[in-house]
Amino acid sequence: MMPSLNEYLMVSGLLFAIGFAGVLMRRNIIIIFMCLEMMLSAANLSLVAFWRFGNGQGMPAQGYDAQVLVFFVIAVAAAEVAVGLAIIVALFRARCTVHVEDLNSMKG
Amino acid sequence: MSLLFYIFSGVMLVFGLLVVVNRNPVSSALSLVVSFMGLAALFITLNAYFIGVIQILVYTGAVMVLFLFIIMLLDIKSEQCRKLNYVAMGGGVMIVLAFVAQLTMILAGYAPGKQRLVELPGDAAVHQDVKRVGEALFTHFNFHLQLLGVLLLIATIGVVVLSRRQGEGN
Amino acid sequence: MSIAFIILLLPLVAAASILLGIRKKANLSAYVSVASAGICFLLTLGLIRGSGGEAGAFTWLSVGGLELKIALEITGLTRGMILVVTLVGLLVHIFSLGYMRDDAGKARYFAGLSLFMFSMSGIVLADNFAMMFIFWELVGVSSYLLIGHWFQKNSAAEASKKAFLVNRIGDFGFMAGILLLWGATGEIGFSALRETLEVQTFDPSLLNWAMICIFCGAVGKSAQVPLHVWLPDAMEGPTPVSALIHAATMVAAGVFMLTKVTFLIIAAPVAASVIQHVGALTALLAALMATQQSDIKKILAYSTLSQLGYMVMAVGFAGFLHSGEAVGAVASNAGFFHLYTHAFFKALLFLGAGAVIYACHHEQDIWKMGGLIRLMPVTAITFLIGTAALAGLPPLSGFWSKDAVMAVTQNSTPLLIVGAITAFLTAFYMSRLCTIVFFGKARSQAAREAGEVPLMMRAPLVILALGAVIAGFEFAYGWFIAPADLPHPHGALPLVLTIIGVAGIVTGYLLHRGREKDPIRVEVLVRKFYIDEFYLFLVRVFQDGVAYLAKAVDQLLIDGLIVRGSARLTVGVGLLLRGLQGGNLQRHVFLFGVGIVIVIYLITIALG
Repeated sequence: MMPSLNEYLMVSGLLFAIGFAGVLMRRNIIIIFMCLEMMLSAANLSLVAFWRFGNGQGMPAQGYDAQVLVFFVIAVAAAEVAVGLAIIVALFRARCTVHVEDLNSMKG
Repeated sequence: MSLLFYIFSGVMLVFGLLVVVNRNPVSSALSLVVSFMGLAALFITLNAYFIGVIQILVYTGAVMVLFLFIIMLLDIKSEQCRKLNYVAMGGGVMIVLAFVAQLTMILAGYAPGKQRLVELPGDAAVHQDVKRVGEALFTHFNFHLQLLGVLLLIATIGVVVLSRRQGEGN
Repeated sequence: MSIAFIILLLPLVAAASILLGIRKKANLSAYVSVASAGICFLLTLGLIRGSGGEAGAFTWLSVGGLELKIALEITGLTRGMILVVTLVGLLVHIFSLGYMRDDAGKARYFAGLSLFMFSMSGIVLADNFAMMFIFWELVGVSSYLLIGHWFQKNSAAEASKKAFLVNRIGDFGFMAGILLLWGATGEIGFSALRETLEVQTFDPSLLNWAMICIFCGAVGKSAQVPLHVWLPDAMEGPTPVSALIHAATMVAAGVFMLTKVTFLIIAAPVAASVIQHVGALTALLAALMATQQSDIKKILAYSTLSQLGYMVMAVGFAGFLHSGEAVGAVASNAGFFHLYTHAFFKALLFLGAGAVIYACHHEQDIWKMGGLIRLMPVTAITFLIGTAALAGLPPLSGFWSKDAVMAVTQNSTPLLIVGAITAFLTAFYMSRLCTIVFFGKARSQAAREAGEVPLMMRAPLVILALGAVIAGFEFAYGWFIAPADLPHPHGALPLVLTIIGVAGIVTGYLLHRGREKDPIRVEVLVRKFYIDEFYLFLVRVFQDGVAYLAKAVDQLLIDGLIVRGSARLTVGVGLLLRGLQGGNLQRHVFLFGVGIVIVIYLITIALG
């Protein structure tokens, strides 16, 4: 018995939900960032799953566009991580904290 | 095949949960590494060998090392001293549950999702996965690839600028 | 480019070049303006010898079936009027060189004069109502600019504003009339209208209303009752301006326009009756008011009003049914004839008054003058000639034209009587003016020190005096109105009128000889029948009422509800939304998540 597309999507959704829960509940900004990466990867998983089941009979779609897209997502995510972490470092230098509750200068 | 899928899914989800639950950031980061390795395995079950490999190379190899490096650079303590915010917790759990419930309902009514995986004949060497992706990347998506290079260059410069200490270079 | 077009455009070029270029050089500006007026006059001499007809036309605007043309129409009337405009204009320009010699705003003044010459020529030469209306408004503007020339003086600024506003009322009627007429007949050109009216019959009440509305324009511009109030105040402007605009030309534009549309008046008997009676009323009331004024220019202004009333009354008789047939163009010719002669002697009187004022160091009160005939004989004698012409003494021009007007009014006994009374009053107040100003002994230092004005101011007086003498003879008017087209009084009317004139003059002389103030003082006449006060009262009542209402609306509705209400609403919503902007990252993420869940929910519902 091979796994179905729904199972892959469900797993992907659960990973996304876990990541989202982490973003919501953790207050350490680095952990939040990690959870964001998790959510991004969950999206990648569903992309690849859709590609793999692309012809409707459990066989892949024509072409490799989906994988190229995932490649791009990973590359952009890498750049994003680099910049994001640099921002976190700068933030830590300025405020000496990584807790989002202490970062409320945008309060209206 | 199905068994492998469940194992790797389980590993991925459990360690993903550990990322959220762990109080120590270093533990969280290491859990995320394991979770991403499970994800990479799932990619490989989907015959996306190239993606699986770069998932490990880029995420677990580069990105997570960067995370660990920053965690240690900033010397972040665990959150033990802080009280849990139960309201936030409750809200977060509720949202997540609502989301999962919706996902379940939608997938239940999603007919194409019922199809099962059919194994491809031959192995990775036959499919020449990396070659195909590379062909697509360097022919049809060449321009996009160049753009991506520029983006990475900008990110590099941005990181350098951001990392400079205030007052430096003035 | 025909001669007429050059006459029309040359003053515009002068005005534009002064205002846009050489206004810093006051003398050069003045000479440019005078030169343009002079060339226009010479060209006019050429024009009036040429044949009639239309001169050069181009379409200015074409909307649907309506074609607005800039086209010039040269008829006998046009030639007579353009001669008056350019001749009097030129003389006033020359007079102004002396009168405004040291004025600070000399360049602006001459630019205004040139602009006026342009606008007035436009009215005279226009071949359709639309073009006439454009220039009608332009003369209003130039009149406004010139009345308010000394705008530092509050009264001058007020007077120019008043003139403009009062004229607006009349012009609004004029425009409505043009539109009515156009709506009824589909034509706005004068000759086209005349032809259309000949071949087609229209609803007479519509024509009556259209004509009454058009007459409103004349009421405003020619200062007929009840819109006459601006003209006496307009005397705040420089005296040459009063002579040119407010005596000879612009105020006559209304009469000219009415004369031009005589065929309409004939077709609209009710309107014609209105016109006659308004004219008669103006003639009488203005003459009465003139008898009690003490400002030399105000007296002349009321005199102008009164004479304009004469003309309007005469033109109105064109539609008078005399044994079933309209009197016709004969009547309006009489009105225009009076306009023609009046332009000479009234311009003469105004310029004479200007010379007197100039000599007496800008003193305008006649009770502070006296005995000037010995000090400035040329001015005095020309002024007396003007007075005699105005009083209608034979054989001066006023006698002939007044005879023509009175001959027309013989059709209606009440108006004849009104005309006769007015004639008496005219002679009376002019005699009063001359007696006080020129005879007796000087009543103030300024009058004692007066001297003859320079040649540049005397020459126009002499030329105009000559005009005032001869303008009534056939050789001076026959080239634009055939004598056969003028009414001729029957019976002893000329003799009676002469006696009335002499009686008025003698009464005025005897009553005022050697007096220091008016022997008879009639408060209601001094206060001009309280018409200004009545208008002020009306304006106050309505304006204050509207203002009160507007204030209430403004404070309650606009300020209270819309302005402050919206401000409060913004503040309230802002306060409300401020709660959401907690600055807490996770609360934002939470709301974001709620939003996503809701969106997914809605999408699944939408997709069934």
